[in-house]
Amino acid sequence: MIEPLKHLETTQVEPEQLKARFSDIAPPLTERQAALESARCLYCYDAPCVNACPSDIDIPEFIRQIAQDNVDGAAHTIWSENILGGSCARVCPTEILCEQACVRNKADECAPVLIGLLQRYATDNADTSSHPFTRAQPTGKRVAIVGAGPAGLACAHRLAMHGHDVVIHEAQPKAGGLNEYGIARYKMTDDFAQKEVEFLLGIGGIEIVYGSALGRDISLSQLQADYDAVFLAIGLGSTRTLALGHEEAPGVMSAVDYIRELRSTDDLTTLPVPESAVVIGAGNTAIDMAVQIKRLGAEEVHLVYRRGEEAMSATGHEQALARDAGVQIRTWARPDAIELDNDGRVAGMRFVRTACDENGRLVDSDRSFTLQARAIFKAIGQVMVSDDLAPTLEISGGKLLVDEKLRTTLSGVYAGGDCTGLGQDLTVEAVQQGKQAAESIHQDLMAAGDH
Amino acid sequence: MADLSIEFAGIKAPNPFWLASAPPTDKQYNVERAFEAGWGGVVWKTLGEDPAPVNVSSRYSAMYGPNGDVIGFNNIELITDRPLEVNLREIEDTKRNWPDRALIVSLMVPCEEESWKRIVKLVEQTGADGLELNFGCPHGMPERGMGAAVGQVPEYVEMVTRWCKQYCSMPVMVKMTPNVTDVRFPARAAFRGGADAVSLINTLNSITGLDLDRMVARPIVGSQSTHGGMCGPAVKPIALNMLAEIARDPETHGKLLCGIGGVSTWRGAAEFISLGATSVQVCTAAMLHGFRIVEGMKDGLSRWMDEKGFARIEDFRGMAVANTTDWKYLDMNYKVIASIDQDKCINCGRCHIACEDTSHQAIDKQLLADGTNLYTVKDEECVGCNLCEITCPVDDCITMVAQDTGLPYMNWTQDPRNPFRE
Ligand SMILES: Cc1cc2nc3c(=O)[nH]c(=O)nc-3n(C[C@H](O)[C@H](O)[C@H](O)COP(=O)(O)OP(=O)(O)OC[C@H]3O[C@@H](n4cnc5c(N)ncnc54)[C@H](O)[C@@H]3O)c2cc1C
Ligand SMILES: Cc1cc2nc3c(=O)[nH]c(=O)nc-3n(C[C@H](O)[C@H](O)[C@H](O)COP(=O)(O)O)c2cc1C
Ligand code: SF4
Repeated sequence: MIEPLKHLETTQVEPEQLKARFSDIAPPLTERQAALESARCLYCYDAPCVNACPSDIDIPEFIRQIAQDNVDGAAHTIWSENILGGSCARVCPTEILCEQACVRNKADECAPVLIGLLQRYATDNADTSSHPFTRAQPTGKRVAIVGAGPAGLACAHRLAMHGHDVVIHEAQPKAGGLNEYGIARYKMTDDFAQKEVEFLLGIGGIEIVYGSALGRDISLSQLQADYDAVFLAIGLGSTRTLALGHEEAPGVMSAVDYIRELRSTDDLTTLPVPESAVVIGAGNTAIDMAVQIKRLGAEEVHLVYRRGEEAMSATGHEQALARDAGVQIRTWARPDAIELDNDGRVAGMRFVRTACDENGRLVDSDRSFTLQARAIFKAIGQVMVSDDLAPTLEISGGKLLVDEKLRTTLSGVYAGGDCTGLGQDLTVEAVQQGKQAAESIHQDLMAAGDH
Repeated sequence: MADLSIEFAGIKAPNPFWLASAPPTDKQYNVERAFEAGWGGVVWKTLGEDPAPVNVSSRYSAMYGPNGDVIGFNNIELITDRPLEVNLREIEDTKRNWPDRALIVSLMVPCEEESWKRIVKLVEQTGADGLELNFGCPHGMPERGMGAAVGQVPEYVEMVTRWCKQYCSMPVMVKMTPNVTDVRFPARAAFRGGADAVSLINTLNSITGLDLDRMVARPIVGSQSTHGGMCGPAVKPIALNMLAEIARDPETHGKLLCGIGGVSTWRGAAEFISLGATSVQVCTAAMLHGFRIVEGMKDGLSRWMDEKGFARIEDFRGMAVANTTDWKYLDMNYKVIASIDQDKCINCGRCHIACEDTSHQAIDKQLLADGTNLYTVKDEECVGCNLCEITCPVDDCITMVAQDTGLPYMNWTQDPRNPFRE
């Protein structure tokens, strides 16, 4: 139930149309398309795309395997570096990662090989009737992981491969983290997140304890006592506040919370949808929110950001997606006040126009404007919930401090994914950090075992 | 506009693009459509003695490039499977309807004087312009003592050619099989027997690939297969070489030649003509794309001729023959070095890894501050092999630049490093 919007009507859009609007945004390649597209790969040496992939997938190799009709081999190449290669193929902003680096962008050609779609082709079509990886001899070591998002799952899989036993504590009733609860609905359809988790667990040796939250049901010190190592992959828990009055008024809510409901529901027609909405933010969450509420039937959707388009963290591709959906992007405006109707519900938002002074600092102008809106969605960034971790763990910039081996300041405790300050907050980064943490844990445990 | 018309052993044709003896020339309907489309001539599908052979079902297979385009085409068909009398009647009709086009008839009968005598006389009565003796079919027919079984024995080639010249007054062209170790021997034999021209090549013995589930080669007939004859783009290099061998052989130099094998563009035709052919024959390209392809070939060839200032085919025919020589006459003092145009380089690294793993290590890879690689040629290590230029996916990015060594022409026979110097 979406408490802050329960006074609003549900969508007017026909169920059939809704279904179409939330179907696969980038449909999979057919066999023929995959054959043609894979033939475009130049099989570069020391390939720029590999350097651009945060998870180090040997891209030219897997594409060559597709071209040689070896789909199982291609998928194995992908999964051996990125066990969540299927979701990354769907959610990675390839336009700023591998595909941006593709040499076919140059050469008067300006058309990169569609690496993401080829990756999806391989992982979707490979034979997974038996799990493609086997476990090493049992080491007798046990590792606790907190959080079953991409980072936690990737870490668990790699640890299981090395022969360790893993227990994951997950606060939610389902695994997958933001793959399950956050990614735009049209980017990942057909319950893919759960299918992928099931595939990943196929390796064996991984137990997930659902509904078990660190700080509520378990404590870090207990985990340290019970396990040989602990990996924290709790993502980012809560949304930043606007620091304005009326933030608790009906009609104001966090974009991530709305999206969680949007992803979880079996029936989109039950969601409350405002006629007009304002989304505050400039990242992919803001874009996802704006596009999805528009597709759900909101007439007017404004995405408002206090700086210019070039400063938005959402990629150009994402911004174009929003514009195509009919979202109005307003830049150089800062939220100033939430306006309420007589019943105390959101009716609009007032903005102050901003500008950059000569030192590059954001300054208010004396102009302002008001946008009518029945709902205001906050997407100005997530912060880590650290109440249960500090002061034992050092925090830096609101995130867990780790070294390049993903070790926290507490011996035997590692962390990865969005909850650390490393890299960008992307699924593929989380997978990479989970994998790297597993390698560190493995090394440290085995080295300790020698003595 | 360049004049594409030719005269071939007295046979006039409006252009040098002829259809090779094959299914597209197996009946009047097709041949007339080909003439309507603009082909300068055809060689009618090979006639034999009645009863006509019977073909099997499933007949072709192919070798594909990465984009699914056909690189090599393979067939196990025999000569025409229609009665002789029907073909002869249609040939007569067609020639009457299209007097300005070259109409040559391909023949293959058992290696007996009577058989050849009978059939050449029948063909002569149709009004056809000339004969092509099919001594090349590599599959099926040789098992019956015909086709390549004749073409591989120079004495037979000479004998049969002589019979044909003796019993008719038409020009006779002998079609060579490439399934020999040295094509000059049957070519010399053909001319000794009185041939007016040789045409080459017929198809190459081949197996294009296997069905690995059924463990049988393609094309599949039931649960079996047999080797076929391959043609198409893949055989062009073989055909060009064989043509050049005959063109520069002192015994056959200057003889009339017809180029066949993998011609699918105007450029391919220009290559055959530059190596001495007066006309070219096309089969695979027309089979795969239809007769309409001749339009682009004619247009391309004549534009290229205009650009080069060639008014007639004869103006450039054979121009590349003199430049095709034995290895021992190549200039040992000639030197080229690879040069990479950094503005065009897309950083794919293919040149580097090719040279690195192919023994020369002449292309350096250097990581720049922006994370990209800079590839540069180490001039002193480069042997000028062309490998990097070949593997580079960007047009004109790597060029081979001739160096001024200041040294005169010196071939291997003159080279002091040659232990067997004459
Ligand atoms: C709306 C939205 C859209 C996004 N779209 C994209 C996209 O298109 N492409 C892309 O690459 N990235 C996208 N991202 C970012 C991406 O989802 C994250 O970077 C990635 O999921 C991080 O993985 P993680 O494992 O670190 O954290 P999470 O996915 O957040 O997983 C953390 C897990 O830990 C659990 N947990 C948290 N606290 C506790 C606790 N105390 N005890 C037990 N369990 C706990 C959570 O329930 C969750 O399952 C998006 C993010 C959002 C919010
Ligand atoms: C299906 C098929 C049937 C052929 N039949 C004959 C034939 O009957 N007589 C003949 O001389 N050549 C025959 N050929 C060979 C062609 O005439 C020609 O020499 C060969 O295909 C090479 O030319 P291309 O590369 O343009 O196809 C045949 C080729 C094919 C593909
Ligand atoms: S090809 Fe097909 S249907 Fe036929 S005869 Fe040849 S291919 Fe048939």
